[in-house]
Parts: sequence; C-alpha cells; structure tokens
Amino acid sequence: MTASNAVSILNAKDFATSNDVRWCPGCGDYAILNQMRKVCAAIGARRENTVFVSGIGCSSRFPYYMGTYGFHSIHGRAPAVATGVKLANPELDVWVVTGDGDGLSIGGNHLMHVLRRNVNLKILLFNNRIYGLTKGQYSPTSEEGKKTKSSPMGSIDLPLSPLSIAVAAEASFVARTVDVDRDLNRVLTEAANHQGSAFVEIYQDCNVFNHKAFDYATDKDAKLDNLLYLEHGKPMIFGKQRDKGIRLNGSRKPEVVTLGPGVREDDLLFHDESDESMAFLLSRLRHTDGFPEPMGIYYRVKDDCYERLVEQQIATARSARGPGTLEALFDDGNTYEVP
Amino acid sequence: MSTSAKPTHPTRAAVVRFAGDSGDGMQLAGTQFTDTSAVFGNDVATLPDFPAEIRAPAGTVAGVSGFQINFASTDIHTPGDEVDVLIAMNPAAFKAHIEDVRPGGIVVVNEDEFTKINLRKAAYADGYDPLDDERYTQRFKIVRVPITRLNTEELSSTGLGAKDVGRCRNMWALGLIYWLYDRPLDTTIAYLEDYFGKKKKMPQVAEANVKALRAGYYFGETAELFPARFQVPRAKAEKGRYRKITGNEAAAMGLITAAHLADKCLIYCSYPITPASDILHSLSALKHYGVKTFQAEDEIAAVCAAIGVSFTGQLGVTGTSGPGLCLKAEAINLAIMAELPLVVINVQRGGPSTGLPTKTEQSDLLQALYGRNGDSPLVVLAPKSPADCFDICIEAARIAMQHTVPVIVLSDGYLANGAEPWRLPDPQAMEPIRVEHPTDPETYRPYRRSEDLSRPWAIPGTPGLEHRLGGLEKEHLTGNVSYDADNHQRMTWIRKQKVENIAAQVPDLEPIGSPSGDLLIIGWGGTYGSIMTAVERAGEEGKSVGAVHLRHLNPMPGNLGQIIKRYRKVLVPELNTGQLRTLIRSRFLIDARGLNKIQGKPFLVDELMDAINLMLDDRWGDRESLSPTEHHVTAVEPLSMY
Ligand code: SF4
Repeated sequence: MTASNAVSILNAKDFATSNDVRWCPGCGDYAILNQMRKVCAAIGARRENTVFVSGIGCSSRFPYYMGTYGFHSIHGRAPAVATGVKLANPELDVWVVTGDGDGLSIGGNHLMHVLRRNVNLKILLFNNRIYGLTKGQYSPTSEEGKKTKSSPMGSIDLPLSPLSIAVAAEASFVARTVDVDRDLNRVLTEAANHQGSAFVEIYQDCNVFNHKAFDYATDKDAKLDNLLYLEHGKPMIFGKQRDKGIRLNGSRKPEVVTLGPGVREDDLLFHDESDESMAFLLSRLRHTDGFPEPMGIYYRVKDDCYERLVEQQIATARSARGPGTLEALFDDGNTYEVP
Repeated sequence: MSTSAKPTHPTRAAVVRFAGDSGDGMQLAGTQFTDTSAVFGNDVATLPDFPAEIRAPAGTVAGVSGFQINFASTDIHTPGDEVDVLIAMNPAAFKAHIEDVRPGGIVVVNEDEFTKINLRKAAYADGYDPLDDERYTQRFKIVRVPITRLNTEELSSTGLGAKDVGRCRNMWALGLIYWLYDRPLDTTIAYLEDYFGKKKKMPQVAEANVKALRAGYYFGETAELFPARFQVPRAKAEKGRYRKITGNEAAAMGLITAAHLADKCLIYCSYPITPASDILHSLSALKHYGVKTFQAEDEIAAVCAAIGVSFTGQLGVTGTSGPGLCLKAEAINLAIMAELPLVVINVQRGGPSTGLPTKTEQSDLLQALYGRNGDSPLVVLAPKSPADCFDICIEAARIAMQHTVPVIVLSDGYLANGAEPWRLPDPQAMEPIRVEHPTDPETYRPYRRSEDLSRPWAIPGTPGLEHRLGGLEKEHLTGNVSYDADNHQRMTWIRKQKVENIAAQVPDLEPIGSPSGDLLIIGWGGTYGSIMTAVERAGEEGKSVGAVHLRHLNPMPGNLGQIIKRYRKVLVPELNTGQLRTLIRSRFLIDARGLNKIQGKPFLVDELMDAINLMLDDRWGDRESLSPTEHHVTAVEPLSMY
C-alpha cells in the first residue's frame, strides 16, 4: 500500500491483503478469490476506487481478502449498503459478495430492489446450497429432501432459482458460472464491464457441509454433458460430442434433442442475450430434470443506472430553479418582517 | 378590511379549533389560519389532530379531523389548554371536541349537517340533538350557521359540480373566523390562487374557494351572529424576518443546512412512515440544493444505505418513526461498531407496535438508548420545539461527523406537525462544520484515536488508505478482526467513553424559574412548551419551582447533578410511563416522581399545575408516578382510575 500506486500497473497480488484467508481448506471460495484478483488487475481497477461490500456468511468474508476498500456489513443487507456507496460516489467500482442464505433468504428483498433499480453494482452470489458459517443447515437453494442438521427428515422447502429471481426483478445483466470453471474469469470481466446491476450466480463447493453438490458441473468428464455454455447468436449445442441441443417442442416447452437426421442446427434455440423470456426459460432448466444447466451470460441489456438518474434529477432541478442558497431555503415566500 | 361597525375587543391570545370530517379540509383551514396569523405577526402554536385512517367512515367520531391554533400578542409555548372558538362542521366533530371548549366559549356549528342521519352517525341517541341540549346551550355560546346552504348558494353560478362546491365549505368557515378575529384575507387568497390555480391548474376551483372565503367573511360582517369581534395584536418579537415552520420542515431544512455547512452531499434514505414521511417529501422537493433522497424498499435498507453513504464520506441520514427504529436497530449497531457517522431521525408516535400512528408520545427514549444487542452507546438528542428541530438536526450532523458516531434525534408527532414562528437565521453567521478525512498512508490506522477518541473518517477514493470495516470486533489501531478478550473489553470501554466525551461540548443547563428551591421539573423533548408555561405560571403564583429541559439525553449536560441538588423534590413529566425518570433515578439515586401522560396528546398546562401543586403541598403520596385523566391529576394509582 503505497501512495505511488496511482500510476503503477497492478497485478493480481496487489489486490491481496495481509490478512490470512480463513476459509476451510478446499473451499470453492479460494478459486473465486484468485480469479477476482486477476480480473481486477486485468481490467485496470484501482484499489482506492474499488469497494467490496458483503453481508454475513462464509462468502461475505471476501472483502477482508481484497486489498481494496471493503465493508463486511450485516446479514442480507449488502445491496442496501452498496447502494448508499454508489449514491455517495458513483465513480467507485462496487462489488457485492453474497451467498444463497445472505442474498436469497434474509436479504431477498434487497436483492430484488437493487436489481430493479439498476444500481451500477456487480453482485456475486456464491451458491453452495447450504448454510456454511452456521455449520450446515439447508438453504433457499438446497434441493427438496435434503437432509441437514435442521432437516433430519429431509427439507420440505422447494428450492428457488437465483437467476429466475434476477430476471423477474428486472436485472439488466444475469449470468451463471462455476467456482473452478475457466469461464469464471470471462464472466466476471463481462460483469465488470456492464453498466448497471450485474448479477452473477457462482456455483461454489462447500467441501465441509455440502461437498460435491456441483459435481455434475465440475467433473471434467461429466460436465460437458451437463452444462450448456451460452453464446450470443449461437445455437444451443452441448455434449461431449457437441451433438446435443435444446429446442422448443410443439407445446413450446424446451427439450433435449440429438443432432442428426431430422434435427438440424437451425431447429435449435439460438441464444439471444436481449430476450428476457429466453433468459427466464434458461433459468428454469435443471440438471435433475434431465437438462444441461446453462452457463455464461443469460441476459444483458443497456439501461440507465440508478445513481446517474439521481444525479440527472438534481441537474434538472438546478437548471429549472438554480442552485439553492440557504437564504432561499429559509425564505419560503410566506415571511414577514418584525421591525 | 376592518370596516365593520361592530365593536372590536382587543385580546391577548385566543385558541381556535377547526373540526370536521377528515375529508372536510380542516387541516387546510387550520394551516391557513396559522399562516395568516404568523404573517400578521402573532406568536402561534398549533396542534393538528387527525385520524390514522385516510378516510375513516364519514360522519363518525373516529373520522373527525381537528386543527387547533393558539395565537397571541405575547410569547406562547403551547397550543392552549382550552378552546375559545370551536368550529364544528358536523355532529361528530361537535361530539369529539365540545368538552375542550372553555365555559362561555363560542361554538360555531354548520347547522345544515345536524341532520337525523348525521346525528346517528355520530352515535347520538335517536331524537336527541345536542344543539338543543341545555347542558351545552347554557355553557357555551352556540352559533348556528347554515354553512352548507350559504356556501352552495354563493357558488351556484361557478359552474362547479356539487362535490367541488361542497369542498369549499372549509374556506367559507375560515372566512367567517377571519372576520371574527379581524384577520386579513390576502395570505389565504394568494395561497389558493397559487395552489389550485397555478400548481393544480384548476383556476375555477381557486376562484370558487376565494369566493367562499370572502362570502364567509362578509357573512360575519352582515349577519348578527356575534356581538363583537376580537383582535389579537401583533406580538413583540425580536427584530428580524420570520416565517411559520413545522418540526418536520425544520428538520428537513436543518439537514440541508448541516450538509451545506460541512460541504457534504446530504443523502436522505427513508421508507415512508407516519409521522416522519413529510421530511422525505420536503427533501425530495429540494433537489436543487444537491440533496439526494432514496426511498428504500424497507426501513432496514434505508438505514443501511445511509451507512453506505457515511462510509463513502457524505452525510448519510435516515428518518423513521418507532416501529421503523425497531427495524433499524441492527444496522445502527453496525454504525456503532464500524464507528461511522449516521443521523437517525425518529419522529416518535404512540406505541408499542403500530400503536397510534398519528398521535404523539415520548416512549422511544429507552429504545434509542438501549434497544440494541451488546453495549452499544450512541448520542441521543431531542428537539424542544418545532423550530428547534432545525438546530438539533445541525447539531446531530455535526456530532455524527466530527465524532464518527451515530446520533438519534427524538422528535415526536406533536413537534413534527405543530408549527411556530421561526426567525430566519443568517447563513453568514452560521459556523461551518469542520470535517476531516485523512489522506496520509504513513500515519493512517483505521482505529487510531484522536484525543476525544473519535476514529479517522477515511473514505474510498483515497489512495493508500484502503481498509475494511464491518460488524466484527476490531483490533485497536489496526482495525483487523479481533476476538481477543482484552481487546474487546478495551474497545467496549472506548466506544462508551467516546460518547461520554461529547458531554464536554454540551452546554450547561440553566434552570427556568427558581434557580433553587422546592421543586425541580426535569423535562425533555417536545414537552418544553407546556412545562415552560406551567413554570411561569407557578412563578406568578409565588411558588418555588424551577425547570430544566434536556435536549441532550446522551450524554447529558454535565451540571445536571449539581442542579438537582439545589431542589427539595424532582418531578419528571413525560409522555410515557417514566423513561427519563428511570434514567434520572438510576443515575442520580434520587426519588424522582413522574407525571406520565400516555394519551397520544401533549400535556395541558393545567395537568402540570395539578402535579406541581400535589408535589408542593405534599399531597402526592408514595406513588412513583401519576397520570392525568379528564384534564386533571389526582393522587391516585393510575390504573385505579379505570
Ligand atoms: S464452511 Fe463451506 S463455504 Fe464455508 S468456508 Fe468452509 S467450505 Fe467454504
């Protein structure tokens, strides 16, 4: 940390802190942290102009390990704190780090509203489908029937899809990636470059309380059959042999088909990042229902950022009424003189 | 306009109350009477009183909306105990307010509305009409005016529909009362033309309202309703330019002023809640001052956003009322732990829970002080009058920013909606708020203390000062997360001492009334006006009564203990069951007694006088607390009164 860093080129290690990283050995959070530092360096972020805001949970320790400004706030409220940061200084690069419990349970309300407002924040939701910090209770994304300390007979809650929520909440950038996937770096970079709320779900392995929950998405061999890497304008093809695809059937429901006689590429769905309905449809595809789970950027549109609109209104008010003076503030026109 | 041949009696002060259905426009009539009286040069104090429901069933007592104004040629501090002139627009309004009228007082009733149906809606017995009841006709001068009919006739040619015509009745009634008190019409006419004509673009409606106002006025002049009219001369006040101001308006202006003095951007983050929403409304209409307003998705988001603002180096403020303060508790603790500035304005209302949303109370004091987990000291201030909301907000912002500490301001529903004249301050004479942000990476440590124990307020954007804050305990100096036992004990004491050190800047208290003697009254917040008036009256009666009023609840002024020793007894009047009393007893180990009113209304001076006399005459007994009922206080256990 030297004052001269204002002119230097920063490396990933410049975004580290002296704090010991205290996640469990083997936790997926390490991989995300490493990629995040690399992305910060690669996009030319400045430490002093970058802020990481988090709530409570394992993932929310993230700010302590980034050599930027950071705020480890309270459970679920990081989007609100981060909104305040952007209102106060729209020039800062602000990242929110949250988890499935923090962001979808206690803080679900804030997540929904920060997305619809399109505050220019990058929101990373580490989804490990479990409560890690409190030692292993089921979370809003735990699968039905999951046996945990607080659900010994199996969870009877239906899990929700973070991306369906993001799309429904009017997010302007929606993406998914995996902690150990090579695509993580690209997705984080795209999120950083997006103007507006960018929502990224990251499948993250909690190797202590929910190990291998995402095996199907990380196993080198299996994942090509289980994941669908989205590319804008391209047909939705996946599979080890790249011979499978997604198309809509006669009742406009998605189905997995094998390319070959009777099924051409043109019959498949083509990804369109600006299509909200398609983003929602993709967010409903689950591995457990026999679908590949889409990865990459689901949805991306240009929209005005909240904190800029706030500033615009001030500018509009000033051009209509002039910059306010205290004299004018006090005198509302209904004043009188006492001699 | 005082061309009337009727005699005019000068009078020192008068209390007028407009009462009608909540859709009858009584708040507008009352506000206009207040504005006119203030502009005329009277001292004014007001008490609006409205139902929690936007439109409670029409014609019922539950749906009555009232507005009381005390205006005077001398200094006044309360909206008045008794009503001199009541305007009752329907039977329900009559029923709800008649007992507050002083014997011999004038009651103007809109007799057209005293129909069978309306009497039934007001839950009067079949066949009974209070206007014929001798109990009332002998006690009051009841003036029957067919306001509905006269107003309709006057406006028949305007082309407006019956509904719009009916809506002008409040202005007709206001015109009549303007005549009775010899008030000029121009302030209200200017308002009507601006509001309905220019803002709402309904010039016809503006014209009709003006016409109704004038018609009421001329009716007073020509009809033989009143034997005389009254005149309340201008009050003698300090030289200067004045306006009328409510507590919420004053708070909004105070916050803008504070930001201006500190060269900060004010960012007000709030969720709508009665009776605090008007601060959000005011500020969101003042964007040209550079104010940013953020209507959050809930109370928690509002306070968290304000904390994010503070972290980033601007003035973060959140406003709410009791139930909202409950929701903000956890986040306020975050600001205490992170040692960031934060201003929380809590406009108290009747509680617990949803309680009485539109009524006043002082029952959040202990919540503000203690209603959070852990040892969580912060600063608590309370304005004493509507205009004082201005000064207290500036002070709150100054303390928060200079000491990196949250400050809760305890306003209340009475102050928020009540109005008084306010002498415009001179911006040039205001002291700037000096705020420092460190920039030197060599000397910076996130939790290095200044002499008064405040923490350096380093802000994002400053190279080399990157640091991480949070709700986990922090190590002294470095600010790293620390679970060390000794460090936690040390930091807990530091946080407490940091707040206590602020006492050095709190001005000493000066008792009002007797500087020593038989009885000391200790008040706080919005009860100042009533207590002042009672102490003045006690002084006139030769009683040895002094009073101090706390605007600083934490830390308290340093000389309070000294002052307490100068009196034989201590009385703590509060609009709660005794929250300040509990603090005073525990802190000073004295047998303080409480007058505790929990009716959603401010104290009457009579109630305070009763309590003073009970204390002075040794008739109070052993009870720690007494409560008033039916405008009086007797020495009986509060619950045994029911
Ligand atoms: S509990 Fe799970 S999520 Fe938390 S640090 Fe350990 S492995 Fe990671």
